[in-house]
Amino acid sequence: MSTADVFFWIFAALCLVPAAVVVFSRNLVYSAFALLATLAGVAGLYALLGADFLAVTQVLVYIGGILVLILFGVMFTQKVYDLKAEAMSFKRVRAAVLGVLVFVVLAAAVLGVDWPQAPRDMQPTSAPIGNLLLSEYLLPFEMISVLLLVVLVGAVVVGKKEVREDE
Amino acid sequence: MTVGLQHYLVVSAALAALGIIAMVSRRNAINILMGIELLLNAAALNFVAFSRFGAGRPGLPHFEGQVFGIFVIVLAAAEAAIALAIIIAIFHHRSNINADELQSMRR
Repeated sequence: MSTADVFFWIFAALCLVPAAVVVFSRNLVYSAFALLATLAGVAGLYALLGADFLAVTQVLVYIGGILVLILFGVMFTQKVYDLKAEAMSFKRVRAAVLGVLVFVVLAAAVLGVDWPQAPRDMQPTSAPIGNLLLSEYLLPFEMISVLLLVVLVGAVVVGKKEVREDE
Repeated sequence: MTVGLQHYLVVSAALAALGIIAMVSRRNAINILMGIELLLNAAALNFVAFSRFGAGRPGLPHFEGQVFGIFVIVLAAAEAAIALAIIIAIFHHRSNINADELQSMRR
């Protein structure tokens, strides 16, 4: 087993164990911090896959941005000392069955295929990704920037209007 | 056994299944949002894994998968921002965010 393989198992465990905590923990704050470990594990897997730019983006945007937003949401909407995020117990069993079913089907589909085994050579990724974004994927790139602008304005409007109605 | 494409795909399948369980079983809207984030991460992990191992011209790196991974991350950021704005707006109206009690769009 090579060093990279050892790191794969470490990062896979770092992904999946906290992901289970996210799903099954009764405490919303524990869920949010477990999500941090999961996102870090995914960033590690990106690094192992040779996607250095994406790994750094994952850390910056997901852990630095989205997770902080989610924690803000948790703090805003909960009484901090009573953070019971109880699941509907009658739905829990059905949800677990559904999840196991999804996993079994996906895993069976994955393991039933003879995938190409040779990984491509690792290269620095920022320059080719930048070139692709400004040539082949220019239209999606522009559309997603417009989307971000709309979301920015929309989030402010949604948040602000409700405050004004409360006054 | 060396780690190959299928290992990454199985990890991603497990992440997706956990995300679906969170989305279906959780009551708190923020927990549902976390499930969606897990699901999006699973999808992005698939894209990146295929960009490293996928069938194409052998020996040549493909970066399309990583470009789509970036799109997924941006979409997740947009989705989290707008979802939390809506959640906080709902919280102002109803002072709880249990998804099973939100059955009407009016106050």
